[in-house]
Amino acid sequence: MSTIETAAVDRTALLPASLRDDFPILSEQVGDRQPLVFFDNAASTQRPRQVIDAISGVYERTYANVHRGIHTLSELSTEQYERARTKVQQFIGAARFHEIVFTQGTTASINTVARSWGDARLRPGDEVLLSVMEHHSNLVPWQQAAARTGAVLQHVPLTGDGRLDMDAFDRLLTERTKLVAVVAVSNTLGTINPIVEIIAKAHAAGALVLVDAAQSAPHLPIDVQALDVDFLAFSGHKMLGPSGVGVLYGKETLLEAMPPFLGGGSMINEVRLDRFTPAALPAKFEAGTPPIVPAIGLGAAIDYLEDIGLGAIHRHELQLTRHAYAALSQIEGLRLLGPAPEHRTGLVSFAFERIHAHEFAQVLNDQFGVAVRAGHHCTQPLHALLGIAASTRASFYLYNTIEEVDRLVEGVLAVTRMFAPKGRQRKRRKPDE
Amino acid sequence: MPSEEELYQEHILDHYEDPFHRGHLAGATHAHEDKNPLCGDVVRIELALGDDGKINNVYFDGQGCVISQASASMLIEAMHGKTLDDVKRFSAEDMLKLYGPRLTPNRQKCCLLSWKVLQAAVHSPVEPAEKTKT
Repeated sequence: MSTIETAAVDRTALLPASLRDDFPILSEQVGDRQPLVFFDNAASTQRPRQVIDAISGVYERTYANVHRGIHTLSELSTEQYERARTKVQQFIGAARFHEIVFTQGTTASINTVARSWGDARLRPGDEVLLSVMEHHSNLVPWQQAAARTGAVLQHVPLTGDGRLDMDAFDRLLTERTKLVAVVAVSNTLGTINPIVEIIAKAHAAGALVLVDAAQSAPHLPIDVQALDVDFLAFSGHKMLGPSGVGVLYGKETLLEAMPPFLGGGSMINEVRLDRFTPAALPAKFEAGTPPIVPAIGLGAAIDYLEDIGLGAIHRHELQLTRHAYAALSQIEGLRLLGPAPEHRTGLVSFAFERIHAHEFAQVLNDQFGVAVRAGHHCTQPLHALLGIAASTRASFYLYNTIEEVDRLVEGVLAVTRMFAPKGRQRKRRKPDE
Repeated sequence: MPSEEELYQEHILDHYEDPFHRGHLAGATHAHEDKNPLCGDVVRIELALGDDGKINNVYFDGQGCVISQASASMLIEAMHGKTLDDVKRFSAEDMLKLYGPRLTPNRQKCCLLSWKVLQAAVHSPVEPAEKTKT
């Protein structure tokens, strides 16, 4: 690391490394028996013992289907499942319990809005305003909705440093705009978008707003009432919870007016052979057996996060991000994607002129034990705009340390040396080849 | 799990830095291009197939990770001068064996891209207009 100089880290802003002891998986080894450095948190985080115990506790003592029986276990499971809903409600500051719909994840939440609200409300020529930094999960459902309804998609472009171009947003927001669907934090650039401003302007123009909070809910406090957001979607597995559960928040009046999307058990009030009446919220949008244990696990994850505090988590991540950003920006040929650290959450993505992201991910894993993401991170249009096929992303969370960031930087430097041109020559089979 | 040393053996890096027949083949009779959109690897193969079914010449071009590009070079080198039947008999398993180091399923896709492109290329005659252009 002789060539890299970094500014002093504000150690007082860091969380205690002792909380790592809560995460059993962090003592695993990967690659060539390296201690695991887990930097793929934007894809999915790890779970603390408290969440794992909550999950296994349900299976060991209280599990049954919910809302079904009057037997003891069904009542216990129902009570725990609905208590998790209350925790989510408080976590995002929703006014009403039944505005919280449990889904399979952010993707399912957004698809529910696109299929239910979109199909019922969008007319030919109506516009849905997205951004070019959307995850495929907040792009493809709207492409499908546009194909079904004749609505038109518009996309807010980026500034040079990877933030939303709000001048363009102002131009693209018109009386034709029925919905603004935008990501709160970019999963590729880490950019924190000006959601408050977007919601205020969209409402002034008569449009609703859906916020994809998959990358913000784990890192930044949310208050849906203060934001006055119409729909909000996020996933449990990106915030220490299990996979298989997500949340759709919607304002009561909107959810009430929307037709159910998936049909089946639980979402009905009364069924005849030829018709049904839907159940009240939130069951109306929870067809079939819901993600019972994942939702209870998410409740435990929220307890854990609130114990530490999202503000403290964000301050911790900002130190890691600044440290990584300062060090990586000194590596010649390395292009950091996205804005300066103060405009982003805890992740850094980069591309390197000669070396494909796969090489970084492979060697970082095998030689350094560092798990990063290599590829397009489900943002192909954004990568096309940036003129790159793939990027390497290191995303941090509360259990990561400055020393782990140093390990990443050390590994990145090693990769650049390893794949530097060395005048290698292929063995010729014949002299003239 | 294969170690990095095994994965990026010297002869592989040699092919990456000093590839066999990388570029464009004037007078190609067959050509195909494909990509792996998940990681952005692209490989194009152009070849001149003789009336006797022999691959008289073959070139590749593309961009992507070391495995995708080095494996393309190794494949092209191995198939140069071979017959159409040889290409058809050359299985995906043969391709992985030619590459050498054991690959995880994700990285096998990188290695097999050029193999898929070659298998399609021998069935993809170049349009006359395109051919005269070359």
